[in-house]
Amino acid sequence: MANVLDIRRRIRSVTNTRQITRAMKMVSAARLRRAQERALAARPYAQMLTSVLKSLVSRAEIYDPASGELLHPLLVRRPEQNVLLVVITGDKGLAGAFNANILKAAMRFLEAKSGKNVEIEAIGRKGRDFLRRRFKTADPRGADSTAPVATTLVGEQVGVLNRIEYPLASELAERIIRRYTHAEIDAVYLVFNEFKSVIAQRLVVEQLLPVEQIGAPAIAEATEMRLEEKKRAIEAARGAGVALRPADTREADARAAAFAAAPVDYIYEQPPAVLFRALLPKYLSIQIFHALLESVAAEHAARMTAMESATNNASEMIDALTLAMNRARQAKITKEIIEIVSGAAAL
Amino acid sequence: MAETFQLEIVTPEKLVVRDSAEEAQIPGRNGYLGVLPGHAPLITELGAGEISYRSGGQLHRFAMAWGFAEVLPDHVTVLAETVERADEIDLARAQRSLAEAEESLKSARTEEDVSEAAGKIERAQARLDVSQRQQS
Repeated sequence: MANVLDIRRRIRSVTNTRQITRAMKMVSAARLRRAQERALAARPYAQMLTSVLKSLVSRAEIYDPASGELLHPLLVRRPEQNVLLVVITGDKGLAGAFNANILKAAMRFLEAKSGKNVEIEAIGRKGRDFLRRRFKTADPRGADSTAPVATTLVGEQVGVLNRIEYPLASELAERIIRRYTHAEIDAVYLVFNEFKSVIAQRLVVEQLLPVEQIGAPAIAEATEMRLEEKKRAIEAARGAGVALRPADTREADARAAAFAAAPVDYIYEQPPAVLFRALLPKYLSIQIFHALLESVAAEHAARMTAMESATNNASEMIDALTLAMNRARQAKITKEIIEIVSGAAAL
Repeated sequence: MAETFQLEIVTPEKLVVRDSAEEAQIPGRNGYLGVLPGHAPLITELGAGEISYRSGGQLHRFAMAWGFAEVLPDHVTVLAETVERADEIDLARAQRSLAEAEESLKSARTEEDVSEAAGKIERAQARLDVSQRQQS
């Protein structure tokens, strides 16, 4: 049996670890709350933009009189030859299976698109590191490039997730739009962890371009949370005082949905078609911005859950070690008594 | 007729202003618009420029980049991609980006590059103007 001193040393070490994991859990919970608030604050703009686009789409003037079609470079459908995949992971680890799951989904996507030219843009250090090990880094391919079909890493954003600001999303969106308009890419997908609340999360592959329908994200693939994950997330959230349900936004949502859609005859300063052309690119920026905000919230939630599990495991180990230590001590005392007693008997 | 209207300025990141205003000036794509209570319903794209409103006799000024506005008789909502309160503007940064934009205008080759540089100049200029007007 191990000696008491050794066990005591191990208990002390596990206790220290538990202190760290517990602190990390609380920090993640605080960051999660902040991330949720930011996502909430970003809702009105996104919804108003969606609302005005929807109301513009419902107007006849913006359709081409000859073909009756809605014309916009971002609505153009081409055979999918060159695909851009934007992968959003975290910058840091220790978040359970968060990064691994996203990258698994990305790899599945790449498998499904094999035979096509796929370019990857990685946001987040973890994803960048993983993808860079597997694929060549290359310059974005031009429309008339003769380079062989391949999967390449064409861009990365690392260390930006700490403080997500809108320009990050809008610059990325502008770059994507320019390439799409020039027919360098035929479709754009986004892989990320969607986050509505601690218990309403899923991993999605969303088609950004071509735009299918405004106000309804085109989800190509979604993986829901497993029951076991949900249970652990609930426990962790309750322990850290994080709300399980998303805040009630019905009233604000209703107001936003009425934006530019009041039952009145608006004067249009610009023709609706011009407005539509100017607004649609912003819709893309907003979708990316939201994906980033939600991914960050999901990452903090995943870390919070992972650290809760780690803390529980440490507690269990401390209990087991304490028991072992007491047994060892008892055994030692018993042995000593036996020695004394048998020594006395020998006299 | 009501003497004020509700004004909201919203950016992608948050709600910046929710206030009742007596009048407002917004930088429409085709020129500045003055809005008073009871304005006819209107929808317009906004350019870079100054957005200002008067509330309780106090004038508030902001610099904004691209945006979009809905005007209703008792309610004005402005969606703006970026909004900065006049006293929050970073003058040095605005001057720097103006210089940069002028530089890239010189080296611009395509139509796109030119309009991008022009947009950047517009935005930087709007910041500088608002900030200077605030100080005078």
